[in-house]
Amino acid sequence: MAEYLGERESGVERLRWAVRSWQLTAAMWTRAAMAYRASFALMLVANVLITSLDFVVVVLMFQHTDRLGGWTLPELGLLYGTSAFALGTADLLVGSVDSLGERIRAGTLDVMLIRPAPALSQVCAERFSLRRLGRPAQATAVLAWSVSAVRVDWTWDRVLLLAALLVSGTVIFSALFIGGATLQFWWGEAKELQNSFTYGGATLLHYPPTVFAKELVAGVTFGLPLAFVNWLPLLHILGKPDPLGLPAAFQFASPLAAAGSVLVAGVAWRAGLRAYRGAGN
Amino acid sequence: MALIELEDVARTFTIRAKVGRLRRERREVRAVDGLSFTVQAGECVGYIGPNGAGKSTTIKMLTGILVPSAGRLRVAGVDPARERTRLARRIGVVFGQRTTLWWDLPLRDSYELARRIYRIPDARYRANLDRCVELLELGPLLDTPVRQLSLGQRMRGDLAAALLHDPQVLYLDEPTIGLDVVSKVRVREFLREINTGAGTTVLLTTHDLTDIEQLCGRVMVIDHGRMVYDGGLDGLHATGQSERTLVVDLAGPSAPIEVPGARVVKVDGARQWLAFPAEDSAAPIVAAVAAGYPLLDLSVREPAIEDVIARMYAKVPIG
Repeated sequence: MAEYLGERESGVERLRWAVRSWQLTAAMWTRAAMAYRASFALMLVANVLITSLDFVVVVLMFQHTDRLGGWTLPELGLLYGTSAFALGTADLLVGSVDSLGERIRAGTLDVMLIRPAPALSQVCAERFSLRRLGRPAQATAVLAWSVSAVRVDWTWDRVLLLAALLVSGTVIFSALFIGGATLQFWWGEAKELQNSFTYGGATLLHYPPTVFAKELVAGVTFGLPLAFVNWLPLLHILGKPDPLGLPAAFQFASPLAAAGSVLVAGVAWRAGLRAYRGAGN
Repeated sequence: MALIELEDVARTFTIRAKVGRLRRERREVRAVDGLSFTVQAGECVGYIGPNGAGKSTTIKMLTGILVPSAGRLRVAGVDPARERTRLARRIGVVFGQRTTLWWDLPLRDSYELARRIYRIPDARYRANLDRCVELLELGPLLDTPVRQLSLGQRMRGDLAAALLHDPQVLYLDEPTIGLDVVSKVRVREFLREINTGAGTTVLLTTHDLTDIEQLCGRVMVIDHGRMVYDGGLDGLHATGQSERTLVVDLAGPSAPIEVPGARVVKVDGARQWLAFPAEDSAAPIVAAVAAGYPLLDLSVREPAIEDVIARMYAKVPIG
């Protein structure tokens, strides 16, 4: 029947519709949050203050030393800024997916499944709140300071790599949020595990890889692709040696790692939804 | 035209239960077990059964939320499990216990979102909204946040939300649960209008049999995942082996009446209650009583549908 628009859609159209569904849902939640304006303002301020403390801790540490694992304060600022920006933006865009278990228990996932929009878009945009802008905003400030303070000749390859790592990092954290939340289809308490990947992982990336054991660095390079968020590309930007001695190509591979993460998260989500609906296992 | 078709549909769930300290046992539960039925366009069908009979599982399969374990299923020409979002544009769903409306936003905003998500053309959206607002008397509520609505008002709001995109089929899962009498009447009137006026096919589950008596020309009874009755409301009595009751007032207390075709179920002074099969005529029994006893007055009571259905559930072996 012709009256039902867009029934046979191409991949691009489906992606566009997924993004549009996210926007529509997020816009509703933003309006809903405005019903409680005072609370919104307070939470935004509290958010900025609390996340700012993160970097204050790093600054305080440098009152007693010039270097940490061979990295200076502006260099650590780059680590912190990139990691916090990627995590904060991913959290803003898809972070709500971590309440998937609650949606399942309350039966609201069923309500999403009867709408002609992708369930993933709706879950990710659930309780979307602009107050989560606090973290990326603060990260941007730290990043701006670090970029100007660090002793780096900002050639075009370094600028390009910085831009690419911010995008790739956001995508990698988004994939971790979604992939981790997918575990909740099978295991209700998986939220804590996922939080340790995302929030825990971001904190790990605030510090240089040289302060950690090689096994851990290898784990977040070849296991969870956290090293691609900022460690590896920053090695090139800052001209530092790789503690693992990997080929230089790894320092440019963040977009590939991001693409791979999205693929894995996408497959996991589909498998999870299929298990929930009861097709297959 | 058949809008809903089920052929031998089954759905099993695997339940993991703890046995002893460490061992876990996997057990298969058949929530729906070989269900087949067809609903024609324009029908209004009541779907009833005790708690856990498989009603909600069926509805979830018909909306594409759950994938059937076996069997064939088609709704409005679509396989729900495979093309869930395509089906979503053709069906409307109202869960009595769960709202699809936005809690903190005015009712109007939820409808506006539906317009975009379902991509309803502007003219049709306005026409449908106007009609729903008029029939459900939503006018004064449109700008009220949903959290401030009463349960009855919210249910009316949910009904409108499910119908804005002109669905061919409307599923209602306990639409009158928790509503007061006035709200129930209003919801039923609206559903009748949607079904007979607009020709929307309606499938509703309920525990309130008045819904069925007033709305549905057909009733399906499910128990333990199997269909135990499918037909008109009047046919239920025959299938349920129901009995009518003849209440007799005699001139004075007497021994239990003995007449062919009926048995005394209760005696209270001069009044006696006689039960007889619902499909039998009352006339020969009345004649026999009048001939043999000092009869002052009598009345015939129809069986209550609740009793009929309760008897029907009880008949199905458990297991």
